[in-house]
Amino acid sequence: MIRIANGQGFWGDSPDAPVSQVRRGPIDYLTLDYLAEVTMSILQKQRARDPELGYARDFVEVVDRILPDLVSKKIRLVANAGGLNPEACRRAVRAVAQKHGFDLPIATVSGDDITNRIDELLDRGVEFRNMDTGEPLATIRDRVRSASVYFGAFPIAQALDGGARIVITGRCADAALVLGPMIHEFGWKPDEWDRLAAGIVAGHAIECGAQGSGGNCQDDWATIPDLADIGYPIVEANADGSFVVTKHAGTGGRVTVASVTEQLVYEIGDPRAYLTPDCGADFTSFHLAREGANRVRCTGVKGLPATPSYKVSISFAAGFRAIGSVAYAWPDAYEKAKAGARILRERLDRMGLEFDAVHSELLGANACHGIAAAEPSPELAAQLPEVVMRFGVRSKNRAAVDRFTKEIAPLVLSGPPSVTGLGAGRPKVEEVMAYWPALIPKSEVSPVVSQ
Amino acid sequence: MKIRLVDIAHSRSGDKGNTSNIGLIARSPEHYKTLVEHVTSDRVKQHFAGICKGRVERFELPNLHALNFLLHEALDGGGTLSLRADPQGKTLGTALLRMEIEVPE
Repeated sequence: MIRIANGQGFWGDSPDAPVSQVRRGPIDYLTLDYLAEVTMSILQKQRARDPELGYARDFVEVVDRILPDLVSKKIRLVANAGGLNPEACRRAVRAVAQKHGFDLPIATVSGDDITNRIDELLDRGVEFRNMDTGEPLATIRDRVRSASVYFGAFPIAQALDGGARIVITGRCADAALVLGPMIHEFGWKPDEWDRLAAGIVAGHAIECGAQGSGGNCQDDWATIPDLADIGYPIVEANADGSFVVTKHAGTGGRVTVASVTEQLVYEIGDPRAYLTPDCGADFTSFHLAREGANRVRCTGVKGLPATPSYKVSISFAAGFRAIGSVAYAWPDAYEKAKAGARILRERLDRMGLEFDAVHSELLGANACHGIAAAEPSPELAAQLPEVVMRFGVRSKNRAAVDRFTKEIAPLVLSGPPSVTGLGAGRPKVEEVMAYWPALIPKSEVSPVVSQ
Repeated sequence: MKIRLVDIAHSRSGDKGNTSNIGLIARSPEHYKTLVEHVTSDRVKQHFAGICKGRVERFELPNLHALNFLLHEALDGGGTLSLRADPQGKTLGTALLRMEIEVPE
């Protein structure tokens, strides 16, 4: 049995979680997941400014804190912190290791960044059609900023086979960070579909950090103990594919069949065929059972053969946006907020600005649940102590968005009364990236493992 | 008798591009049968009228006593484009728990 822990569910997650995972109980592997679609576009901007950037810099600080524990306890670290620049990330981590006086084998997995190969691949007949809409890439070709292939777990296993103590990858399937160590430890073969799928299910259970151990958990949330000191999830994996989801003793949070189930149904499509680079996993096949406090055992995962394609995520520039807010207080907070939004819309209309999207919503009334919450009744609306009017615009024309940002503050003195600008200045104009999901034949691209 | 889904189920929602996924989990095997019978794709589409501009797909996970819904074109263009306060639809899971269904006494 090996213990694989997750200490980071996304870039921006708690910097203390990895420390807790290596210090508060036994583990063999620590996995850290930094990449989301949003993250890739941030990394792309950073690399455009400085070719030595484009990776998750927080990771280097985390390594600085946990490296002595990793070395003394022989814990191996697997992270997709390399982003768009795994080599630069490795250089930064090496510098930290040297500072501590350690000479560790650090491997990278790259080859996923195909931004500069798109035209060549189009020429070779890879169409990069949008998986959702079927449109050809030509529609947005001139606006493409980055293109990353999602690799699987075998390159990670290869790096570990080669003796790496730290593996830094670029884009890969999130669950591959967890499956990779299992392939390395148990010697699973590329066609052992059931076992590979079990590793994917285990990875899915812990890849979002504390969301797998009682965080953001709807099931009797108020009774979940000590969320302030929540323990991040750990998988105890066996060579036959069965595994237990748990967390370190003495930490807060909760691992139950209900909390694990919430995470397993998170961000899946057709559960009978959850596709990954290494296999398909059938999320309708397995069985979960409580096995003592904060222990849930999973058995019976069935797998499906891998497909001949990798998924590619292509980011492209999609204009600019800005969002501003003001808060209206009782009496008539709801009616004032509605009026504020209407007045702002009228002012923008008169200026003749062109927007791709204009959106207003009333926080405190029904912004999150929208139509499902319905409009508050007149009685409820009249009682609301305050309502935040949040107003956003998006346009390909930066000047239009910039002009909009100058219309929020005036609303405080020239609109409905008892209003505050929330102490914020003008809204910031941000460039917006959109995503184009596509497929690429596996034969067109190869992961590069560098020991 | 009218009940709300929040009385018999819990949920979690996430995003893939412009598609929202809502996992709806029954609190018991009996409640799972109720969900399968009453919480159809059509009901969910109607519940999210104006939010979900595309189709709703439903998948059954009897092993987990759960249903998975895919709400296509439900995220105002997707996480990075959306102007909503909840661009990734993280709260749409509990929006589904507001649904009322008619069950025998």
